[in-house]
Amino acid sequence: MDATRKLTLNDIESEITGRLLSAGKGYYLAVLLSALMVVAAVAAGLHAMVVGHDHTYNLTREIPWGILIATYVFFVVTSTGLCLVSSIGHVFGIESMMPIAKRSVFLSIATILAGFFVIAFEIKMPWRMAVYNIISPNITSNIWWMGTLYGLYLVLMMFEFLFLNLNKHRLAVGCGFSGAIAGIAAHSNLGAVFGLLMGREFWHGPYMSIYFIASAMMTGTAVIFLFHYLAYKINDEPMESRMVESLNVTRKLGIMLICVIMFFTVWKMTAGIAGQPGGKYEAVMALVKGPYAVNFWLFEVGFGLVFPLVLFYLSKGKNMFMMFAGSAMMIIGIFIMRYDLVLLGQVVPVFHEYGVNEYKHLLSYFPSFHEIIITLGGFGVASFLFLIGEKLFGGHKVEPGHHH
Amino acid sequence: MKRNKPSFKEMKNEGVENVPAEERRDFLKMGLTLTGVFAGGTLFSAVSSVRKVYASSGEFVKKYPYKPHYSMMIHLDRCIDCERCLSACKSTNHVPDYGFRTAVLERERPDAVGQKREFMPVLCNHCNVSQCTRVCPTRATYKDKTNGIVMMDSRKCIGCLTCQEGCPYNARYFNEEKHAVDKCNFCFDTRLSKGEELTACASACPAGVRIFGDLSDPDNRVYREVHQIERAVWVLRPEAGTRPNVFYTRG
Repeated sequence: MDATRKLTLNDIESEITGRLLSAGKGYYLAVLLSALMVVAAVAAGLHAMVVGHDHTYNLTREIPWGILIATYVFFVVTSTGLCLVSSIGHVFGIESMMPIAKRSVFLSIATILAGFFVIAFEIKMPWRMAVYNIISPNITSNIWWMGTLYGLYLVLMMFEFLFLNLNKHRLAVGCGFSGAIAGIAAHSNLGAVFGLLMGREFWHGPYMSIYFIASAMMTGTAVIFLFHYLAYKINDEPMESRMVESLNVTRKLGIMLICVIMFFTVWKMTAGIAGQPGGKYEAVMALVKGPYAVNFWLFEVGFGLVFPLVLFYLSKGKNMFMMFAGSAMMIIGIFIMRYDLVLLGQVVPVFHEYGVNEYKHLLSYFPSFHEIIITLGGFGVASFLFLIGEKLFGGHKVEPGHHH
Repeated sequence: MKRNKPSFKEMKNEGVENVPAEERRDFLKMGLTLTGVFAGGTLFSAVSSVRKVYASSGEFVKKYPYKPHYSMMIHLDRCIDCERCLSACKSTNHVPDYGFRTAVLERERPDAVGQKREFMPVLCNHCNVSQCTRVCPTRATYKDKTNGIVMMDSRKCIGCLTCQEGCPYNARYFNEEKHAVDKCNFCFDTRLSKGEELTACASACPAGVRIFGDLSDPDNRVYREVHQIERAVWVLRPEAGTRPNVFYTRG
């Protein structure tokens, strides 16, 4: 690293070019595919803005939040999780978690940017937000706090990544610690965006904020595993024993967090069924044996929790493919968890309890073509940044003992 | 443990004359709060409906938070679903076809004795504890400090639609032409500020369903109807805790 400072700009340029050109065909194909997904999403998003969201998104007055909000939530959950899990090593000094630090911090930036990318096309007038969030803030609004704190979080994570790469460890730890606090505050505020809405029974209560943090950490373990596995494939290197050990610790943490989320889910569902609480019961039953039963049992419970738990356990930290499969399943399951969580709060109409003809039944929603393209674009942003980052930052290497 | 066992035979009836007045009042209030079967919601006595508006029962008579405190009383049983209110609202406030500021819902009860259906007009409740204004990140929607109307400042609306999620009354929709969420404002810009006394819907109603007025004025009809002890008055979705200013009654 110290050698870099003596390099001229030309040397740096050729170094970077060299790194970017060092990959195999599969890598460039993946970069191209990700870029195309982003371009398609930008096109779909701009088209929606020009033609009008009402013509391009399948959202209604009664269900104004759809897959794009779910995708945004998914990405910020992921980012917060990456930040929190990686901070165990490089902020709180647990040696065995050190090797995953740089890549995880980079990915937390990549995933929050993917989230912002999607939300920019979901909010109808994002440019007004830039102005009025500052000159007309509402401090009782969780959306305001979430936006502001995530903005701060992004800046802190970027500085943390910068300092990690410059080997300025004290500054990196400072930014990492503040970033983790900002992340927790922002993310629990996102939970409160849903949880503090009275009269939306499926969401209402302190559960959402608490669950979001636990769920973020669970997601963090899956994403850290998935991307490290892929990164070593891309860079075509054998995994160092330190990294294997670090991922094994991540796996154990993952097992614990899956159990925590299972426990949370059991009580969330039980509380929605016992005594048949109005508004909540209908939504919970839609998950248990209604139109969302496949989403719940197969994706949320199976893919999101049970299968990865079994695979993580059986892999014993040695069978990398098993852990890769487990974390990939978990990420798919978690995406469906976010989708269900956003929708189930809205499917019970606000006037349902009055038995009026207009709102007797549960409401339904399925994403439109535009919404699906923009959702894929979010994944395109995350994967594009991940791929470029791998080459640009030379595999995010963390040398032993660097934090001292 | 024997001592704790009460022996009713040895006890004397104290009678009700010794119960303090305050306790008796509380008991009466409790008795007046009953659950309507066909009303599909909770019915409240005048006392408790006013308490829904203004938290403490001791304070409400003295002072309402706004002057005038605009509110509406809806006489459910008078509505015949002619929908003149809806068209008056649309033309007065330039509401597009895909949206509405007020609606008339229909409830059918084939098992009812006598009348089998009922119509339920709904609109923004201009809640005293309005969730939409709490959740708005940019204060694009706010309670007017003078009259309590929940207003929109369209320029500030970012279109996050959190207010739509927060509203327990489905009173808001996104207006593509205004590039902002739109909602009932009791015709403030189109009628009240121009000297009219009634909203377009109240003025168009041929059956006297929608009574619009000032809840803080003892001479006003809304005040008198809400404050009648013998009239059952209720609000929609009281469990949402919003303390609405739109009341419902029959008769």
